[in-house]
Amino acid sequence: MTNKLVLENLKHRPIRTLIGVVVIGIQVTLILTLVGLKEGTLSDQASRASGVGADIIVRPPSSSVVSMSASMDARIARKIDQQAGVKFSSGVLQQGTDLFNYVTGVDLPQFDKLNGGFRFVDGGPFQGPDDVIVDEFYAKQNKLHVGGTVNLLNRPWHVSGIYQPGMLTRVVVPLATLQDLTANTGKVSWVYVKLDDPSKTDQAVAQLRSVLKDYRIYSMEEFTSLFSVSRIPLLNGFIWVVIGLGVVVGFLAILLSMYTAVLERTREIGVLKALGASPAYILNILLREAAVVAIAGAIFGILLSFVTRFLIHDVVPASLIQAIVPLWWPIAAAIAVFGALLGALGPGLKAARQDAIEALAYD
Amino acid sequence: MINGQPIISIRGLRKTYHAGEVDVHALRGVDLDVQTGEFVSVVGPSGSGKSTLFHIVGGLTPPTSGTIHIAGRDLLGMSEAERTELRKTSVGFVFQKYNLLPTLTARDNIEIARDIAHKNGPLDPEFLRMLKLLGIESRLDHKPRALSGGEQQRVAIARALVNRPAILLADEPTGNLDTENSNAVLGLLRDLNQRAGQTILMITHNPEAAGFGDRIVRMRDGHID
Repeated sequence: MTNKLVLENLKHRPIRTLIGVVVIGIQVTLILTLVGLKEGTLSDQASRASGVGADIIVRPPSSSVVSMSASMDARIARKIDQQAGVKFSSGVLQQGTDLFNYVTGVDLPQFDKLNGGFRFVDGGPFQGPDDVIVDEFYAKQNKLHVGGTVNLLNRPWHVSGIYQPGMLTRVVVPLATLQDLTANTGKVSWVYVKLDDPSKTDQAVAQLRSVLKDYRIYSMEEFTSLFSVSRIPLLNGFIWVVIGLGVVVGFLAILLSMYTAVLERTREIGVLKALGASPAYILNILLREAAVVAIAGAIFGILLSFVTRFLIHDVVPASLIQAIVPLWWPIAAAIAVFGALLGALGPGLKAARQDAIEALAYD
Repeated sequence: MINGQPIISIRGLRKTYHAGEVDVHALRGVDLDVQTGEFVSVVGPSGSGKSTLFHIVGGLTPPTSGTIHIAGRDLLGMSEAERTELRKTSVGFVFQKYNLLPTLTARDNIEIARDIAHKNGPLDPEFLRMLKLLGIESRLDHKPRALSGGEQQRVAIARALVNRPAILLADEPTGNLDTENSNAVLGLLRDLNQRAGQTILMITHNPEAAGFGDRIVRMRDGHID
């Protein structure tokens, strides 16, 4: 019966209920979108790293998994090539162009040996030092076509080809040009290593670590496993800030909604008290109302996160990748319910403590 | 139906409200006995203390001093929880403004009273007979806004009686009704009293309504005349 009263109360004020559901839904979507963006972007980076086709990755000393632009002497590739079991290696240089995008400088003939090269959907490899190739996502987002021009690093580039995504960054330019342009002549930021026998990767990694002390040397499997949110403390902190804001938004939305509901239903609360309802019974009704709104909001928010993913994929496919992370559905829902219950507690206690006679006299 | 056993016993009952810095003496020593099965009408002008008496007998507010026993239970010194229990088990209220929950149907308004009293299962046959007497069987699935004032008040009476309280307290039950519906509701209260032995304490301004009771108690300035 209590559940029926709760549902009827919510149906009685559909706009207020809807607003509560939408606000909580937005809060849940915010959390899921943020987590999805981080998971999606990191997973995309890992996928593009492994898409290169190398067995081992060498990074400069004191670089991190997610930092792209630390550099080292390009001649290190020659030293790596001399190690037993190494088929060949290829150095690339990466440079940030904006908040989300990097450009990679590649020696194409050398790089193509790793996995057969880029698969072009239009155009082809660089023909000159000012040529650039971009992936389909980048071309779509920036409305580029072969023969067109794109401005990067404060200069125009001629688009010579558009390739299928899944490898390196979304924009690739000749290595020498990028080195000169960024004052990194003779330097690279990543060296991709191909082995004669990939099953001996662990031995090769150990061998390289003994030769190249202080360098960051990872097997591809190890490297891709490092792409996780927990590896980036700042990101984790940011997510918790958003979660905190989400709790506050849910709290305020329900606080306002329940406060007006309690005011509006003062007389009804008096009637329930006259019928013998205890303070706990009345509090229970209001908390259940808040919980129902929060659960409905969470479901709406989960559905809305699919919409945000679609929009992000459609509008900025090259910059942001949003993954759907079902693991976070119950977490986001629990956060929403927690915030809502917290918001309902104050008005609920006010209702529970309401003087029955005053409540019955309320007009 | 009166068996000589007082179900309400009040001696020297006083109630003082504190309104800011002013003490308002609403009851100034009320003595009253109501026998089981009696239908008592309490009349008096506004401010005579009849509503305060109603609230104290119903366990909605504690008395300041005096003694008051309802169905053998002493209300003086009862905790809020004990008064809540009294309202749940021993007293049923009927109000002037019906006070049905607007979001629930008539049936659910009755059911919520049972839910509060932790009563489940089907309605007992005796109560179903009473619903028939009240004439609202066909209106149970309607919400209050679809019911006339008379129908709403009859639903409120059913709700007040569904848990078989020892006392039915009615506060101006016909105050919002036209003459025809007033007479119908008062006739029903008298029937319930006479057929089922329901003890009723009714507050009213209306001398005609008061005449439906077995006895009329007049209040003035916090006393019973």
